[in-house]
Order: sequence, then structure tokens, then C-alpha cells
Amino acid sequence: MTENDKASSRPTVADRSLSAAIAVDHLVKVYKQTRAVDDISFSLPRGSITGLLGGNGAGKTTTIATIMGLVLPTSGRVQVLGHRMPEESAAVLGRMNFESPYVDMPMRLTVRQNLTVFGMLYAVKNLSDRIAKLADDLDLTEFIDRANGKLSAGQKTRVALAKALINQPELLLLDEPTASLDPDTADWVRGHLERYRRANNATILLASHNMLEVERLCDRVIIMKRGRIEDDDTPEAIMARYNRTTLEEVFLDVARGRVNGAKEAAR
Amino acid sequence: MTELSLHRGISVHRIGAMILRYWYLLMSSWPRLLELLYWPALQVITWGFLQLYIAQNANFFARAGGTLIGAVILWDILFRGQLGFSISFLEEMWARNLGNLMMSPLKPIEFLLSLMIMSLIRLAIGVIPMTLLALFLFHFNVYALGVPLIAFFCNLIFTSWSVGIFVSGLVLRNGLGAESIVWTLMFAIMPLACVYYPVSVLPVWLQYIAWVLPPTYVFEGMRALLIENTFRTDLMLSALAINVVLLVASFGAFLALLRSARKQGSLLSGGE
Repeated sequence: MTENDKASSRPTVADRSLSAAIAVDHLVKVYKQTRAVDDISFSLPRGSITGLLGGNGAGKTTTIATIMGLVLPTSGRVQVLGHRMPEESAAVLGRMNFESPYVDMPMRLTVRQNLTVFGMLYAVKNLSDRIAKLADDLDLTEFIDRANGKLSAGQKTRVALAKALINQPELLLLDEPTASLDPDTADWVRGHLERYRRANNATILLASHNMLEVERLCDRVIIMKRGRIEDDDTPEAIMARYNRTTLEEVFLDVARGRVNGAKEAAR
Repeated sequence: MTELSLHRGISVHRIGAMILRYWYLLMSSWPRLLELLYWPALQVITWGFLQLYIAQNANFFARAGGTLIGAVILWDILFRGQLGFSISFLEEMWARNLGNLMMSPLKPIEFLLSLMIMSLIRLAIGVIPMTLLALFLFHFNVYALGVPLIAFFCNLIFTSWSVGIFVSGLVLRNGLGAESIVWTLMFAIMPLACVYYPVSVLPVWLQYIAWVLPPTYVFEGMRALLIENTFRTDLMLSALAINVVLLVASFGAFLALLRSARKQGSLLSGGE
């Protein structure tokens, strides 16, 4: 098969979007003078875990917010579970969920009250059983009747994760899911996410600054810089391309503009 | 939260979830509950004694018993109705919970309906004790107004919701930096709504503006009832017609501001 044949048989973004959990096509987001996301395209197959990496201001949060429908794109297209966002968001919002450091759970409500309210919003069946299961899985039982504002940072993160899993989402968007957790709890949360993905064939898109976390969890990594995709491949392929042994080293190469040098050294 | 499926499948379950959320919040904080009672009670006591004093010294007020205290109670329905709506909305901003709601299947119309119901609940907690105080301290029984009271109440609460929806949209779009509008906008309406004096007191050009506001019709209607013993249905129907227009316009403005907030990217931040 020639290169041309390969190119013509390669599925387009529109084709991939039919089966993809997320299909982003030439997405651009401009805030006044700032080009936060600059013509990016990618497609995530269902059941995959993808890490979105990049320094501060790389465009990760804007990308995730656009996928969630919280931000309107300046141009380009986003499809989630086969539906255009935000136009058809009513068809998918009940099938996805998210966790982000930019939002909190209401502080005065207890963990159980918060999960009850969100369970009702997501029309979860057998809600008390679901809450009991999550409390058991995420070790919330000890403080389930305590106000969210009185929990430690790590406990709050677990509660936010419980809220993100309340509707057993097909698509989970996570922004720094283990920030503020001690290494033991963070490792335990990663294990839980892996098990959840396997058990539900869920798709997870994860923005993180923790490179070990990304290496452990993700089948694929998208590296962003200044609103553009700098690289997109498996963690192993990216590390090989940059002639590095860890994603952290790759991250530093990209952040400090040593990309070409590192790639040439690898060649 | 999606804007484009407003008329399909409004869920009572999701509205119930939001009411439950605000109920949990209200019950978790005695200062919040106390505040609901405190200001209306203070208002009615202050104005009630003023009315007693004036009635002893002015013939007109002796005849028009209750116009001041009645105006205070009706004004509080308008003001507390809007605050009850807007504070529930602000709670989401203060709690940084708006992103969670916007990402959930909750629709804007369901969110607004839950805020309307909460404004009624908060109003009931604050205003019913206020009316009882007026009855026992000043022998003014607002419930004796009968059917007209229902017309007054409905028109005032519709206006309060329109203002509440509009200012919530402004806060959604501009963040908590616009919070002061929630507390002050209704006071800008107060002199034009002619709460304590008839419309005829205003200069003619200002009267045209006053008649655009539904509360003006209500307060004129209240004075007609208390002074002339006449229930002006024409005033109530005019107020209702303007209220329908205001409600539709405020909802449209809310959706436009929500869309602008999505463009601006302010839904995740919500800060100043």
C-alpha cells in the first residue's frame, strides 16, 4: 500500500467521530486578544484513557471546558458520544461527568446530601444503593454525614470523584484528579479509575501535571503548548521520540522549547 | 446545562433536586433562617409605629388606615421575592458550584423554576411572621384584603422574578463583581413604583415611566382599595400584561447572558 493509499483509507475526523467518544475538529478558541486554543484536532476512541499535558496556559482547561460545553468555540467542531457540543448537549450530559479544581461541592451540605442532590439531577436509579456503593468504593463511609466544608483536601477530592462517578458516566473528564492527595491515596484513586474504566468501558480524558500518573494510567498522551498540539501518541512512543526515559523529561523539553534538539538527538 | 432544549422534557425530578439542595442549605444554617425573619420584622415594626404616630396627627392618614403598613408589606413581597430568588442563585456562585450544575442535565428553565419556588419558600418564612406582627401590634390584617391580595401578590412576585432572572443573568455573565446589582436594583425601582405616595405626585414625564412598572399598578390598586374601598381590576390586568412581557424578556436576556458567559469562558471562573 502506498502512502497515498494509506492517506485515502485513513478515516477523516468526521468518520472517526461516529464511533469516537470525543472528536475535536479544528477547534479554535480566542478570548479577546488571546488565542487559548489554536486549531487543534483529535479523536478519542471509546474505552481509552488519554492524558492531556501542558504547562499553565497551554489550553488544557479551555479544551476540556469546550468539550463539556461550558465554553463556546470560536470556530471548529466538538462531538461528544456522537453529539455536537453544545448544540446537542442535552443528549449527552447525563452520560458524562467531570471533576475539576475550578468547581467545588457545596460546603454546608453533607457528603450524603450532596450526592443525593447530584444523583437526583442525573436521575440515578436506586440512588441510596448507589451512594452506599460509592461510599464503600471510595472509602467515604466514615464522614458521609459530615459537611463537605469540614473535610480535609484529600477527603474533598474523593467526594468530588464520587460525584463524578454518581451516574456511572461513559465519559469522564478529569482535571488534576489527584492534586492535593497524599501519594498513598493518589495511588489508590488511580487504581480505582483503572478499575472503573475496565468495568464500564468508560472513556477518560485526564489533564494532569503528575507525569507518573499519566504514564501509569494513559494509553495515549496529547501534549499542548500555547494552544496547539505539540505531540500526540502513546507515552512510550513519545518518550522514544524525545530520547527520554520519563514523560517528565519530555514535558520539560517541550516547556523549555528544547523540542527540536531532543527529537534530533533521538534520530 | 443546555439552552437549546428548553421546551422539551422539563423534569420535576431535577427541579425537586435543586429545591432539596436549597432546603438542605437553609436548614444547615440558623443565621440564614434568622435573617429571613429579622429584616421584615424590623421593617413592619418601624413603619407600623410611624403610621400610628402620623394617624394621630394627620386627618388623611387617620382615614386611610393601613396604607403605610400595607405598602411596607407589599414592598417586602416585591423586594424579598427578588432577594429570595437571587440569593439562592448567588449561593451557587459563592459555593463555586455553578460549573457542576452547568455540566449536569439540569436545564436553564428548570434551574430558574427551582429558584422561583425557593423565592416563595423564603418569602413565606419571612413575610408570614411579618403579617402576623402587623396584625397583633398594629391591628392591620393584610389577609382581610381578600381576593385583591392574591392579585397584588401575584403581580409583585412576577415582577420580582423578572428582576431576579435578569440580575442573575448579569452575575452569571460578569461574575461576582456584579453582585451589588442584586442588592440595589430593586431600590432603583422603588421611587418610580410609588410605594408610599400616589403616581400623581410625580412630574408628568416621570409618570409615563412609572406606568411601565407593574408594581406601580399594585400600589395604586392598594391605595384605591384601602382609601376608596374600590378594587381596580383594570390596574391588576394591566400589571399582569406588563409582567408577562417582562418575564419573557428577562428569560430571553438570561439565555443571551448565559450564551455570552459561555463565549467569555466565565462559567468556570465565576470570580470578580
